Amino acid sequence: MGETPSKQVAVLACSGIGKTWGALARETALELVERVRPGVARLICLPLLVINDTEARQAVLEHPVITLDGCPKACARKSAEALGKKVEHPLETIQFYTAHRDLKPEGVAQLNEAGLKLAQVAASELAATVDRLAAGEQT
Amino acid sequence: MGLPIAKIGIVPCSGEALPAGTVCRLACRQVLDKLLPSQTVAICLPLFIAGGEEERRFATRHPTITVDGCEKRCAAKATELFSGKPVQALLIPDILRKHGIPMPARLRGFGAGEEAAVRVVAEEIVRAVDAAAAQTQTQESQHGAL
Ligand code: SF4
Ligand code: SF4
Repeated sequence: MGETPSKQVAVLACSGIGKTWGALARETALELVERVRPGVARLICLPLLVINDTEARQAVLEHPVITLDGCPKACARKSAEALGKKVEHPLETIQFYTAHRDLKPEGVAQLNEAGLKLAQVAASELAATVDRLAAGEQT
Repeated sequence: MGLPIAKIGIVPCSGEALPAGTVCRLACRQVLDKLLPSQTVAICLPLFIAGGEEERRFATRHPTITVDGCEKRCAAKATELFSGKPVQALLIPDILRKHGIPMPARLRGFGAGEEAAVRVVAEEIVRAVDAAAAQTQTQESQHGAL
């Protein structure tokens, strides 16, 4: 669309404190920024958007955004939308499990082995999406 | 005696981008799951903005304790903004400093090396809950005596 290619992609995870799927969102986001696309995928503390932090707000508005939510309440996506941002790639973590039924996540404070593996697989599968977004393309 | 125990809302920041956010999350879960499960309830901070009427209402009617990972104090500010002033606003760097425990350096995969940090924060939350519960019971019995 003739825009300057972005170097970074903002990642927002809901981290729902009471749900396995929220824990999966957090773990997938960490996989993405630490292992899969470090330096390109950039994690932003979601609560910073809740308090309308200037720097976080700017990062979300200026970069393509991937949101990872643990349930249909979609806190991460809605927090970005509340700033007037149209999220480029909104995700709900249950879809990772739908695609990989052999990896059933359990646990909240600590995901089980299957949950950790699912986060790794999902983050790896998101690599191409991050690359496209970083290059200024649509997903 | 005889008065119902008021539920105290715990609002962790759970910050994703700092190790303190992980300390926060794990310490709060320890309190919610193991230390004071019947006295506490978790409040999802992002739900304040994503239309969580229930969360907002709970936090206006019950005492809340916020736990923040850094000076940005997202949980304390958001709770005050959307709901009401927390009875206590805990800050993890302050708690760790008080106990001479270094801030963990990693974002996940916590093990024995990070255990002390999580434990002292959980203990501090327990103290805050006890104080809030005692205060609530005093207020309730005073109102009951009127
Ligand atoms: S999206 Fe669902 S799981 Fe995640 S913080 Fe919101 S309510 Fe909790
Ligand atoms: S208080 Fe600090 S660590 Fe917690 S969510 Fe906000 S910026 Fe992140």
